[in-house]
Amino acid sequence: MAIRKLKNLFSKETGTKPKEPISSTALLLTITISAFTTMYIFAMIVWGGGFLNPQQFLDIFNNNSYLIVISCGLTVVMIAAGIDISVGGVVALITMTCVIFLEDYSGSIFGSIILALGIGLLMGLIQGFLVAYLKIQPFIVTLAGMFFAKGLTTIVSSTPRTVTNETFLAFKQFRVVIPGIGSYGKTGNFIPARIEPGVIIAFIIVLAVWVVLKWTRFGRNLYAVGGSDQSALMLGINVKRTRFLSYVICGLFAGIGGYVYLLHTGAGNSGNAYQAEIQAIASSIIGGTLLTGGVGSVIGTLFGVMSLKTFSNIVIASGLREPYWQSITTGLMLCFFILLQSVIIAYRKKKGIG
Amino acid sequence: MLKSLNVKKLSHSQLAIPLFALFLVIVFNAFRDISFFSIHVITNNYGNTVFSGNLISIINGASELAVLAIAMTLVTAATKGQDISVGAAAAIAGSVFVRVLRANDITMPIILLALVTACIVAIIFGLFNGALVAFFDIQPMIASLILFTAGRPIAYWINGGATPNVDSPLLSYIGSFIPGIPIPSPILIVIVFGILVTLALKFTNLGLYIQSVGINEKAARLNGINPVLMKLLAFMILGVCVSIAGAINVCRIGLINHETILIDIEMDAILAVAIGGNALSGGKFKLAGSVVGAYIIQALTITLYAMKVSSTAVKAYKAIVIIAIVVIGSPVVQQHAIQLRNRLFKKPIKLTENN
Repeated sequence: MAIRKLKNLFSKETGTKPKEPISSTALLLTITISAFTTMYIFAMIVWGGGFLNPQQFLDIFNNNSYLIVISCGLTVVMIAAGIDISVGGVVALITMTCVIFLEDYSGSIFGSIILALGIGLLMGLIQGFLVAYLKIQPFIVTLAGMFFAKGLTTIVSSTPRTVTNETFLAFKQFRVVIPGIGSYGKTGNFIPARIEPGVIIAFIIVLAVWVVLKWTRFGRNLYAVGGSDQSALMLGINVKRTRFLSYVICGLFAGIGGYVYLLHTGAGNSGNAYQAEIQAIASSIIGGTLLTGGVGSVIGTLFGVMSLKTFSNIVIASGLREPYWQSITTGLMLCFFILLQSVIIAYRKKKGIG
Repeated sequence: MLKSLNVKKLSHSQLAIPLFALFLVIVFNAFRDISFFSIHVITNNYGNTVFSGNLISIINGASELAVLAIAMTLVTAATKGQDISVGAAAAIAGSVFVRVLRANDITMPIILLALVTACIVAIIFGLFNGALVAFFDIQPMIASLILFTAGRPIAYWINGGATPNVDSPLLSYIGSFIPGIPIPSPILIVIVFGILVTLALKFTNLGLYIQSVGINEKAARLNGINPVLMKLLAFMILGVCVSIAGAINVCRIGLINHETILIDIEMDAILAVAIGGNALSGGKFKLAGSVVGAYIIQALTITLYAMKVSSTAVKAYKAIVIIAIVVIGSPVVQQHAIQLRNRLFKKPIKLTENN
């Protein structure tokens, strides 16, 4: 279906316009998913080994569930033509505060969850208010937000801390076994594939955001505001509130992402989630969300995270083990997707398809 | 009468907010500790008689930022976006600079050669960003995200992963003091550079053209200005500035560390542009504002250091001050303030036009 649509899109016949032009969102999503699939199958054929192991595939989620969560938040903000670069800092702040809360104040698990969500929500509320109602450029507001969160993290504690709370550790070590999938160990015993609780949280969020973006009035408003706030205003959409809520959601997801990060590592460190905001933005872009707003999908973002991480696995598998190759290849990948998107969008604009 | 007119003109000018912010920082320091401003004359390790003190270290330390803020303003004006790869590009330029220096005996022509090489490399990387922005119509922040991710690793690769040092009295002349001149050389470089840029903008149409491309690209093209060329030119100027900033920093420290050189400077440079009263959405610009913005940021940093705030925590306080400045500068807040004043004093003052 998608392929036929693609053919329609690129057909050279003049005069016959494609009957139902595929939307930019769907087209970019198709490209992302096919790129990821091609990349993974290619890796499975060339390097086999680890790429054939289901556990390694699931480890992409295990290690990056927090990234999926914050990328979802960024996608929401970016669809509404905003940007939030404070998320990485907020994640670091939350891990640190929660560790201190659990350790030094012998807080409860429930309390620490509330604390994490509260910090995220508060950051989102403040930043959203400044951007939407005071009309300050989102980049400046969230840049200050990032500085604030990172600085505050070192004020809370300048040395890395780990959680020793037993209930928390039990929660952290909890694994969900996926029946029927697994690999055989060296001694021939079957090791079932396992995922961390954070992955389930991440998938619930992806699903929730997908539903909201697709079927609720608020979700459609986000696309309208991102596409053109002037037209959205004329349609009677409350542009300010929509934009404000997009930041609140992003802040809340940063809160959830922070807690998921803590569940994965169990440590608070001011270096936590370093450059997570860049990775989240990159994932959203690879997933087909345009920074100009109005175009994007959260499923694409999920595939964006997966593509980004699979690509770095491939780089490692191909023998370029020095850490700097990772960044260089991530840059190249980003370059490829950005160019691809811009060419497609320019082509469609020329043909007059929206 | 004339005086009141000037005050009114000043309060409406773009420079009002940055100057007011600078004034606040100064007043705060004056109340906190007046000796903050004292300037001593000391003899440094090389036996030169030099000025020393917080003021000097503020103006000296902001040199790289001021140079980058100038270029960032031009890029912002022309492309309606910001380049976030300046720190990474400076790391590349600095690495090239060091590599050329280490391959030769350090003499004045070699330093010049190294600077020119670094300049060319930085311009090429600038053109890469510029081409993405100008030809492919990609937002500058996204286009430069590529180099932001890959830049420092490339710098790592240039010097084979090492952090080599360069040691020469000639370099310390550039990085710290020229014998006989008590003012740090980076300050002099910034002054010379600032004069050159001001002259270039005064005697050519460059500034006007860049501005018109930023305000309305279509109208600019209809008037015979090539927007693609202007955007590329802005990124080329940024390349030159990046290599100068990188070279100053290498000379100042005496080594290149690709991981830490000018780290987070892109954030400070963008802030300098914003604090300077320039719209980050492009168009009209005022270079002086951005330069003042750069000094405000550095003054803030040094003030916080003087208050014994740890270097990692400085960010948090900086963020609060930045938010305060942009909130005061926000048109929405200003409009509410005027409405409030009207209601309180029953004296109608015309609302500002831009809503």
